[in-house]
Amino acid sequence: MSEVTRTGRKFFTIREISGPLLFVEEVSGVGYGELLEVLTADGEERTGQVIDVSEGITTVQVFQGTSDLDVKASAVRFTGETIKLPVSMDMLGRVFTGGGKVADGGPELIPEDYWDIHGAPINPYSREHPIDFIQTGISVIDCMNPLVRGQKLPLFSGSGLPHKLIASQIVRQAKVRGQEEAFTIVFAAMGITADEARFFREDFMSMGVLSRVAIFINLAEDPAIERIITPRLALTAAEYFAFEQGMHVLAILIDMTNYCEALREISAARMEIPGRRGYPGYMYTDLASIYERAGRIRGKSGSITQMPILTMPDDDITHPIPDLTGYITEGQIILDRKVHKTGLYPPIDPLPSLSRLMDKGIGPGKTREDHKQLSDQLYYAYAEGKVLRETALVSGEAALTKVDKLYLQFADRFERDFIGQGTSENRDIEKTLDLGWEFLSVLPESEFSRIDPDIIKKYSPKHTRKDADNSLVS
Amino acid sequence: MSSVGTISRVAGPFLLAKGMAGSRMYELVRVGEAGVIGEIVRLDGEKAAIQAYEETIGIKPGEKVVGTGKPLSVELGPGLVGQIYDGIQRPLSVIQDLIGPRIRRGVAPPALDHKKKWSFQPMVKEKTKILSGDAIGMVQETPLVKHWILVPPWIKEGFVESIVPEGKYEVTHPIAQVKTTEGSEKLHLMHSWPVRQPRPYKTMLPTDVPLLTGQRIIDAFFPTAKGGTATIPGGFGAGKTVMLQSLAQWADADIVILVGCGERGNEMADVIEKFPKLKDYRSGKLLMNRTVIVANTSDMPIAARESSIYTAITLAEYYRDMGYDVAVMADSTSRWAEALREISGRLEEMPGEEGYPAYLASRLAEFYARAGRVTTCGSDEKCGSITAIGAVSPPGGDFSEPVTGHTLRLTRVFWALDFSLAHRRHFPAINWFMSYSEYMRSFESWYENVGPDWPKLREEAMSLLKEEEELKEVVSLVGAEILGDKQRCVFEVAKMLKEYFLLQNAFHPVDMYCPIKKTYQMLRLILEFYERTKQAVARGVPLTQVLSLGVKGELARMKIVRPEEFDETNLAITKKMSEQFGQLAEETPEGESV
Repeated sequence: MSEVTRTGRKFFTIREISGPLLFVEEVSGVGYGELLEVLTADGEERTGQVIDVSEGITTVQVFQGTSDLDVKASAVRFTGETIKLPVSMDMLGRVFTGGGKVADGGPELIPEDYWDIHGAPINPYSREHPIDFIQTGISVIDCMNPLVRGQKLPLFSGSGLPHKLIASQIVRQAKVRGQEEAFTIVFAAMGITADEARFFREDFMSMGVLSRVAIFINLAEDPAIERIITPRLALTAAEYFAFEQGMHVLAILIDMTNYCEALREISAARMEIPGRRGYPGYMYTDLASIYERAGRIRGKSGSITQMPILTMPDDDITHPIPDLTGYITEGQIILDRKVHKTGLYPPIDPLPSLSRLMDKGIGPGKTREDHKQLSDQLYYAYAEGKVLRETALVSGEAALTKVDKLYLQFADRFERDFIGQGTSENRDIEKTLDLGWEFLSVLPESEFSRIDPDIIKKYSPKHTRKDADNSLVS
Repeated sequence: MSSVGTISRVAGPFLLAKGMAGSRMYELVRVGEAGVIGEIVRLDGEKAAIQAYEETIGIKPGEKVVGTGKPLSVELGPGLVGQIYDGIQRPLSVIQDLIGPRIRRGVAPPALDHKKKWSFQPMVKEKTKILSGDAIGMVQETPLVKHWILVPPWIKEGFVESIVPEGKYEVTHPIAQVKTTEGSEKLHLMHSWPVRQPRPYKTMLPTDVPLLTGQRIIDAFFPTAKGGTATIPGGFGAGKTVMLQSLAQWADADIVILVGCGERGNEMADVIEKFPKLKDYRSGKLLMNRTVIVANTSDMPIAARESSIYTAITLAEYYRDMGYDVAVMADSTSRWAEALREISGRLEEMPGEEGYPAYLASRLAEFYARAGRVTTCGSDEKCGSITAIGAVSPPGGDFSEPVTGHTLRLTRVFWALDFSLAHRRHFPAINWFMSYSEYMRSFESWYENVGPDWPKLREEAMSLLKEEEELKEVVSLVGAEILGDKQRCVFEVAKMLKEYFLLQNAFHPVDMYCPIKKTYQMLRLILEFYERTKQAVARGVPLTQVLSLGVKGELARMKIVRPEEFDETNLAITKKMSEQFGQLAEETPEGESV
């Protein structure tokens, strides 16, 4: 991790150790946010950061945890620096710990620069609005909730749901149409198991993308507090690739729930007044300082697209972690346990899912002119079909009207063959939209209130086939 | 008098300083070598608590704190409109030019361009008696805004000693000399005003004119007033932001102030890119000519997020004082309240509900109380208004949480956003049963001017929707098959009302804005169709036959007919409706029953 100067002054004045925090007295000349070294009695070195400084007590969080530290023999050495990440193009293809140390047994990096891991807010005036459609090859994402380059679009998952598979499929298939350049991947894992870490590593290897991935892994057994800096290190690397080297970066952050737990732990250790469910009142702002690092900047050719993954505790979307995330990110892709149990892959429920940047990323020249209206109509029809399915459950299908039954039929086919697809099936957007039209045309045209008549004529298989037939006749 | 103290503690955006005797509450201070801007939020003897408007990393105890002797103020003068400011009125475009695309601390460019020269036309002569609020001249700020240069509030009355001739002047150039009982004072094109202090006015007026928004569901059913208040609570994904942006685009206000308070950077980027290209429906001029944006995104310092609301409402008051109708849209007041909570937590204040400070309600009240329609200060009778519209982001979509709860008590219009509508992509996702407007009664006569049967139509439409809802419950238990044509007709027309009228596409070039007259005509046509359908069904015409009438399709396409052609369409549809229903009547002669 960051370069630490060896000249700082050493203090043996630790007064109290509580959770991940040290309280040090009688220090002077220390700034807020400063990086420091913590030296154990056995000479081990850890790193920490000043999170509260006053004339009396200075509070320090220790990223490698406080076990084995004592108040007598342990010491702290302040460095006068903020936390910085040594950055270099050589980070690609490498694996680092959640604290930024080389973890793949390879050589140390020769840094080209040192970047502050906290970044700085992007002037909203300098942002460029994301407009480039990313084709993930997954229909329910591409048609219903498309991802746009520079967007932050999280996967809301639950424990046991196949978010890993989806993430890996996206990494494998994601591309901007008409552009050869593949995404550079920055992968930050917080509190995942060694098994999961291996899954991703092997997956990247088998895809042959390892050379364009930088991996930061904080494992479940690593100190929780380290998770506070893992996403920041990863995003600093992403910013270097994107805004210094002009690359298009896809940053995957997994699992943000573990990150938030670490945040709560520190807040509790500081005895702060808790907000909802014990999470600190500033969690929204803190999460924003991570998620808002996605985007494009005017005059720079690169971009950062973020796909944070979080597991909703008890599948509860109103839990503070998904809730605050949803308020910051530009939409969400929601995995549904009920759908998963039916064996459908990907188990994505399009109805509560949303991509806020959809309208900017699709349409003529980007995807196709019918995309927006078709997806609106599919939304309506699928919502309607689901409501009717409930009705049919209660009072039997006989109670439905003719059109109602068609909606049911639509919903079934839509789920099975539109949402459902193989883990390595890569559908391009035309294929996806045509599929949408095909299933939609189960319904009578008079139901298509969200589509302009011209568009229906041009794309509905009923018309296009008729045209084809006519041309055969003539 | 400005004080100099030293920092004794730094904890994030919160600082403590000692040796601050003589400083005042809410005084602006500069901290440390970097000159970080902060504001005093608590005084205790010679100790002061400070909230910093910029990043505090690296600040050490022992660094100097210098009081400026002034509270947080904004610059008011020509050049505000079209600007994009952060929460403490720093122009974001200038910051970009100075330090590039990222916001770092220590830059404080003036809010107004002090070098730009404006054409000033004097309107008073020497020796004229003036009162505060009187216009002494005018600057054409943008093609849409005549910027009246007013006598500032602190000069109660006086005489013009001298005034410059017509010409071009910078905002800091003295343009007039005014003699008051206390002496002589120079006036400039600009003055500054503390944001936490409401600007004075003469009297508060009743709010009886609706603020039209071009959004059918709002204009027809839940309008707010010029000078009124409204709130949009909704969980994420319910469509708050798109709706607020639609309102900022189409509200028939003279000046619109859009506050992005702790929201997404990309959304602000969208507004910043979109607004300078969009045209105002009424004037045909670019919307940016009447818009001011205050953008403090979620990754920018939270203290500036707290102040952004006050900055915006002060700008609004300034234009209100010129006699304009101003609309302030704040997205989102929840983020503002969270900033309040965070600062309060750092001050170690006793928390109230959910950790929010006990004064949350009174702070919210202070904000909404600055809205209203007033007669402004000055010799002549001028009337201006501020409409305050606040989005609320209830955690977990829970409307019982404190910010939503307090806001609902303070505002008079409630646009309830509904997930189930949003999920089927019915936008604006305003729930027609939960929403309300307390202004409706006072608008009655205004609406009758548009169409005398308007109140009746509104009632009919609402009862149709209610009837459908009740039938739906029945259907969900016993199925739709048992319904007769009479009930099914309710379903079908309610669906038409929802799909053809309430549903409005904010991204469709025609549908995005619907003038009030068209809204009225559309509603009338759909209800006429309902009336005729009911009659036909009662006569025994099968419903399927009614629904296959060609005119139904034309009703569906009404929303994409351009407003200027709609009078014609209105007539044509009325005619066709009567013809086609007439034919039905012929085909099924009276007496033939089912």
